[in-house]
Amino acid sequence: MIGAFFPSRQDRRLIPQARLTGPMPWVITVMMFLTILAAAAGLALGAASDKVNADLAGRATVQIVTADADARRQQSDAAELVLRADPAVTAITPVADAELRDLLAPWLGSGAANRDIPLPVLIDVDFRGRADTATLARLRGALAQTAPDARIDPHGQWLRPVFDLLAMLRWLALALVVMLLLASTAAVVLSARSSFESHADTIDVLHLLGSTNQQIARLFQRRIALDAAMGAAMGTLAAVAVLLLLGRAAAQLDSGLVAAGTLAWQDWALLALVPIGGIALAVLTARVTVLRALRNKL
Amino acid sequence: MDSIVQFENVGLRYGTGPEALADISFTLFAGQFYFLTGASGAGKSSLLRLLYLAQRPSRGLIRLFNTDAVTLSRDRLPGFRRRIGVVFQDFRLVPHLSAFDNIALPLRIGGMREADIEKPVREILDWVKLAERADALPATLSGGEQQRVAIARAVITRPEILIADEPTGNVDPEMAVRLLRLFEALNRMGTTIVVATHDIHLMTRIKRAQMMRLENGRLSDPTGALRYPPRPSDSGGWQQGEPT
Repeated sequence: MIGAFFPSRQDRRLIPQARLTGPMPWVITVMMFLTILAAAAGLALGAASDKVNADLAGRATVQIVTADADARRQQSDAAELVLRADPAVTAITPVADAELRDLLAPWLGSGAANRDIPLPVLIDVDFRGRADTATLARLRGALAQTAPDARIDPHGQWLRPVFDLLAMLRWLALALVVMLLLASTAAVVLSARSSFESHADTIDVLHLLGSTNQQIARLFQRRIALDAAMGAAMGTLAAVAVLLLLGRAAAQLDSGLVAAGTLAWQDWALLALVPIGGIALAVLTARVTVLRALRNKL
Repeated sequence: MDSIVQFENVGLRYGTGPEALADISFTLFAGQFYFLTGASGAGKSSLLRLLYLAQRPSRGLIRLFNTDAVTLSRDRLPGFRRRIGVVFQDFRLVPHLSAFDNIALPLRIGGMREADIEKPVREILDWVKLAERADALPATLSGGEQQRVAIARAVITRPEILIADEPTGNVDPEMAVRLLRLFEALNRMGTTIVVATHDIHLMTRIKRAQMMRLENGRLSDPTGALRYPPRPSDSGGWQQGEPT
């Protein structure tokens, strides 16, 4: 297979190898750099979104909001019973009054400790798997009867707009990768064509001496493969350096969402496919372009 | 005698212009030596281009090596071209390859192992007296030297048919005779030779050669190859060479 795609040492001399002259390797460097960054952004967004989603989708908070302290306690007990009885619920954690007051202290001052301000009861609920709408509807129905002031807020719901935004950004990253690959392909087509044109005389002679189209296409494939490999290597190095720097900066932020967006080894493996695929695409494009141009010659 | 090339009512038209060649019919036999002559513009190069498969005719039938060459698929062209040696009028050497590599080109295209290439190329370089210039690029060679490289490249594969377009136009008479002797030697080994030339002295050197003469895109004798020497009535025409 390799033999069919690349020329032997003796064939190589036929078309002079103008390596690293001309803009081809640099165009591919820039394209590869941008493609890898876009792909990395897409993967990181995906990882962040999946992780946060998994953390939140299985949780909800039940609030019981009523000014009457007795009713509150009574409904709280009733709600706990309902929640414990439900097969989808794995754990419930009532948030202690003191904890609530601590949470509110920055806004209300330590005076919030006085009992005049009624605080809602909060119960954290963990579900087996995701809290789907059917489960939530069942719980709402059950709570409405025994604890009419209870409100259930699935965590996934109030982050919905964030997830939608993350999903849009992921699609955008994918679209960028596709567009960059298309632009790179176009650049290779133009480069292969101009190289073909500038060697038209040599190609004519090779043809008349009995070269096959495959033999001639191989010469161009090699040239473009070298250019592409050079460009891909430089672009990949630059992109990886940037990604590592970004990763270090993100690690210092110590924020849950950002930390969740770091790349796993599978993501790095996928990113490694970008330059490899890029080179393969360039070689294939050059081959198709040259063979197509040769078809117009006798 | 086996026929190696047959033309039947062949016509060639470039674009929408007049026919550069019209009603060309002839048969070339294997192992023969042919001269093709005629004034410049008479269509010699066009006829040769048809012969070495650089051009398809607009009409008519061409058989080459007993195969229809007009409808020959592109995939089969390389195989046929490798059986034909061509000395182009403008040499068409590859400018970035040395004399040695230019001559080795047909062998490399044919897939010969690098170890087997050195010897025949050195031999032919010796024969055309260019051993010293083996590593020179075409641009540094004189016209005559380039022509000898072109001839060496055409004959290196011992082709079944050798087509030469004005192969001695740029060399001194002594070298012209020497090159002609090379053609003759090849011819004796079985290669069919077709040489387009204006040079009457060259033609008289090969006694058994046959002559074809083109005039305004037509063979001046419709029966095809004429016997050499030409009939007296012909001689005036091809010596003067009417402009077209």
